[in-house]
Amino acid sequence: MSATDRAKSEAKLGWMLSAPAVIILLAVTAYPIVQAIYFSLFNYRMTDPDNRSFNWGHNYIVILSDPQWWQTLGVTVLITVITVAVELVLGFALALVMINAIRSVRPWVRTVILIPYGIITVVSAFAWKYAFDLPTGFVGTWTGNSDFDWFGHFGSSIVVICLAEIWKTTPFISLLLLSGLAQIPGDMLEAATVDGASWWQRMTKVILPNMKAAILVALLFRTLDAFRVFDSVFVMTSGAQDTATVSFLAYDQSISQLQVGMGSALSVMLFLCVAIICFIFIKGFKVDLGQVRGD
Amino acid sequence: MKANPKKTILWVIVGLLIAVYALFPIVWIVSLSMKSASDIANRHFWPTNISWENYQLIFTGDAHDLFIPALINSIGICLISTLVAVVLATLTAYAVARLDFPGKSLILTMALGVSIFPVISLVTPLFNVWSKIGLYDTWLGLIIPYLSLTLPISIWTLAAFFRQIPWELEQAAQVDGATPFQAFRKVIVPLASPGVFTTAIIAFFIAWNDFLYGISLTSTSAARPVPAALSFFTGASQFEEPAGAIAAAAIVVTIPVIIIVLLFQRQIVSGLTSGAVKG
Repeated sequence: MSATDRAKSEAKLGWMLSAPAVIILLAVTAYPIVQAIYFSLFNYRMTDPDNRSFNWGHNYIVILSDPQWWQTLGVTVLITVITVAVELVLGFALALVMINAIRSVRPWVRTVILIPYGIITVVSAFAWKYAFDLPTGFVGTWTGNSDFDWFGHFGSSIVVICLAEIWKTTPFISLLLLSGLAQIPGDMLEAATVDGASWWQRMTKVILPNMKAAILVALLFRTLDAFRVFDSVFVMTSGAQDTATVSFLAYDQSISQLQVGMGSALSVMLFLCVAIICFIFIKGFKVDLGQVRGD
Repeated sequence: MKANPKKTILWVIVGLLIAVYALFPIVWIVSLSMKSASDIANRHFWPTNISWENYQLIFTGDAHDLFIPALINSIGICLISTLVAVVLATLTAYAVARLDFPGKSLILTMALGVSIFPVISLVTPLFNVWSKIGLYDTWLGLIIPYLSLTLPISIWTLAAFFRQIPWELEQAAQVDGATPFQAFRKVIVPLASPGVFTTAIIAFFIAWNDFLYGISLTSTSAARPVPAALSFFTGASQFEEPAGAIAAAAIVVTIPVIIIVLLFQRQIVSGLTSGAVKG
């Protein structure tokens, strides 16, 4: 068999093996997003399909000139910034514990932090909701302010939503950071210690610069994930007290109110936001996606 | 380095603090699920008496019509979509990790692109199409979109695992006259099965966690999975909190996750981080 024949048959086998997965991925994402872009250009209510009419991107003008859109976008950015910032610090601390802890403690820490990762987001949302909510919550009793309605105000609602998100997703970020930490050469740290570097110097001069890739990857994935926040908001507030996020608004328009045109336009806007975040990370922070492997 | 007792105590305390952090909400839900109706609103952490009435409610009582079908739906739909995803991803990841062909990096980029796709952007159009072609509120109508969650992560995780498998063995098999397919089936599959198993666990967790597809693409107990069903629970009367029944149902769907985590923690950690960042 000649070299080109071999390459050809390898290429053929490669595509034959990949084809089913590729076709399904295209079918469940490319097709719906094209459909969403198409529907977003119509004034289209599902219960009234006869009056569907092309409206030249009017939906987008409505969205961009509606304060409610900017409000939900603001809330989404707020939740994203708070949760990702706290998770990064907390996750890093957890990763440091996992790599430095004595042998008898280490495996326990690893096992126990996987539990929040495995818990269904909705279950975690209910747990945190019932902990704070008025008729059931113990938090009021513990803080000595049992009449305070945590879900009756914007700020306190956001605090509880963020707490639930942080609890659930910090383990994931800490595992990504742990794999970054584990790749720092031990002799490099030893050399720094021998040279008399303090803990802080080792952290800022050796550990953090060597972990830049791991930190950026963890940041990118968590930011994208946090920006899509939906489950916790749905369970805890259902968008009350102006806590609706972009995902929640899109769900409310398309699934609850059957405004297919407007809902699709919101979905496309959310998709664009996610694409912009990706672009900023990849171009601005030079995240090399060729290095990313896992979720 | 010799461990001194002071250090040991310090690390044990740190470990305990982390355990409290991780388990606190779970313990709270367990406690809530064991509160009787009169206790639910007592606003204390622990129940005054341990009661199993919430579990009776979801398994044999009023809530069982809602919970049991949802549990069956969740298990069935998640297992099928995990199985399909892992089988297809195994083929793709093998191709990507072992063969050289034009477009293979495109496949990985595409899988990554799909995994960061906002689910809501897919739900709206799927909701429309499913309503038209009769897939709305069916198992298949959830299994297909669940693949958008389980396939990308499976492809990435498996490709990472497959890259670590020693090349030489496969080549040796081919030198001994095995076809590329035989080399795949007889040599790579046994070596790869731990990775495949780990990938299946992670994919299952992701499908098990879904809420948005579940609540948007179903309307009855024909296909509604547990996370979506939880928000339809009602109390014994209109004015009573369904918190107890929800907590009991939450514990039932959480127990399998905790068992899997305890049994396979090493594999899950390696799957989540395997080459997440290279070099």
